[in-house]
Amino acid sequence: MHALIRQLLSRGPVLTDGAWGTQLQARGLPIGEMPEGWNLSHPEDVCGVARAYVAAGSRIILTNTFGGNRCRLEAAGLSDRVRELNLRGVELSRKAAEGRAWVFASIGPSGKMLLADEITRDELGAAFEQQAAALAEGGADGLVVETMGDLDEALLAVAAARATDLPVVACMVFDSGKNRDQTIMGLTPEEAAKALTDAGADVIGANCGRGMGGFALICARLRSATDRPIWIKPNAGLPEIVDGRAAYRTSPEEFAGGAQALVAAGASFVGGCCGTSPDFIQALDQKLHAGTQVSPLLLPG
Amino acid sequence: MQDTNPLYEAILTGQAKEARAFTEQALASGMDPLTLVNGAMSPAMDEVGRRFERNEYFVPELLLSARAMKSALELIRPLLTARGAQPTGRVVIGTVKGDLHDIGKNLVAALLEGGGFEVIDLGVNVPPEKFVATVREKNAHVVALSALLTTTMLSMKTTIDAIQDAGIRAQVKVLVGGAPVTKKFADDIGADGYSENAAGAVALARETMAPAGCQKGSQIVAQSCPLP
Repeated sequence: MHALIRQLLSRGPVLTDGAWGTQLQARGLPIGEMPEGWNLSHPEDVCGVARAYVAAGSRIILTNTFGGNRCRLEAAGLSDRVRELNLRGVELSRKAAEGRAWVFASIGPSGKMLLADEITRDELGAAFEQQAAALAEGGADGLVVETMGDLDEALLAVAAARATDLPVVACMVFDSGKNRDQTIMGLTPEEAAKALTDAGADVIGANCGRGMGGFALICARLRSATDRPIWIKPNAGLPEIVDGRAAYRTSPEEFAGGAQALVAAGASFVGGCCGTSPDFIQALDQKLHAGTQVSPLLLPG
Repeated sequence: MQDTNPLYEAILTGQAKEARAFTEQALASGMDPLTLVNGAMSPAMDEVGRRFERNEYFVPELLLSARAMKSALELIRPLLTARGAQPTGRVVIGTVKGDLHDIGKNLVAALLEGGGFEVIDLGVNVPPEKFVATVREKNAHVVALSALLTTTMLSMKTTIDAIQDAGIRAQVKVLVGGAPVTKKFADDIGADGYSENAAGAVALARETMAPAGCQKGSQIVAQSCPLP
């Protein structure tokens, strides 16, 4: 086990953070604009999101770099700023953490499909290497490969992330198939966990999906197929449109109600995905530490 | 009459080379291209769609079958065009303004082509006026709108409003889809139809081309309509 991961887990489950995109939109990010661009144009707002998660109890916060790969930034006309956007993303989260939380930098999918020949393996691997190197250079404590639907793409991202020597978390989305427990490509949690373990990921997980409900089972199935710690970040269910805006019906309390089942199923890192907010993290914090003496935070560095 | 089953099987199992080779040989031996389309290709893609909806097929199988279908269709389309045959229908497809995601849209486009539609793909981040202009210019029957984000799905409404304002709402059916889109949302914004997945979208597009009768109320629901 990576030394940092062992240290983090020495006092029980670790609270991670919630959604970033919806939080930035609440701060005025226009519809359809790439959030990563705000690392340069609205650093205070980006920092504000991170700060709110630290205040809510997150011991690991992520970075505003989910779409920070060349392929995605190209579509937004930002492909010449990959390094800059990623460096800045880590810097802003570090600044917000102020030594009270660890910063694990986010690496999301490219939006291109290998299977449909939209991109070659070499191009995709190079795009992830470029992003991972910039995130490491910026001083991230770890890297999180997340929201992956295609194992081949996830493996390329994990390889790129591992080349930095930082601990690597690898998460996929299981929201397809009859029981909403397979990836869009049809992979089961067991198959994914095994492949990601073989690829050398330090932590294996699942994020996004169809709300808290299905995650305990997915978590247990990941747990059964790997010796690595498990990372779980469910979304707040599917949104509904209320008065012309996307609204998530799940309340922080309902969401947090699933936390203990997750831990019982073997989750070591718990947080939220789309639709969750600092309120959700705070509610999770209370549930996870209900009735127990909250240990002092493990301070980075 | 020569058996078209090998073509059906090749498409169903995603064997592009086999599908193309069989089509070449069948055409050379004088088989009517329409026999291939109606006897093997369309039924095969229908079955692919059914398997996808039953969660037996996933994205990879769907892509491979669509590719096999296309490789056969490339040989057949010029022959059909030469004899003046019309496509099943003309679809303008795109991811709405503000949204840069194209995987779902590309899957739907591939399946629609496989289903015999002429597909005009406008790409991602497509402004409403571009949809309007293309529908006019190409005299399209269907507009298919895609969005992945909860924030950009509202651009679907803007697009439908623009089509309405341009006075061409009556001439096209508007279909919507994408991860955050629900039947209720489709109703709310005045779309003609909604499908939960790519395979359903093809059935839905076909329904819109069929004479009325399968339409439930003002909306067309893919899942509740049998394939033609």
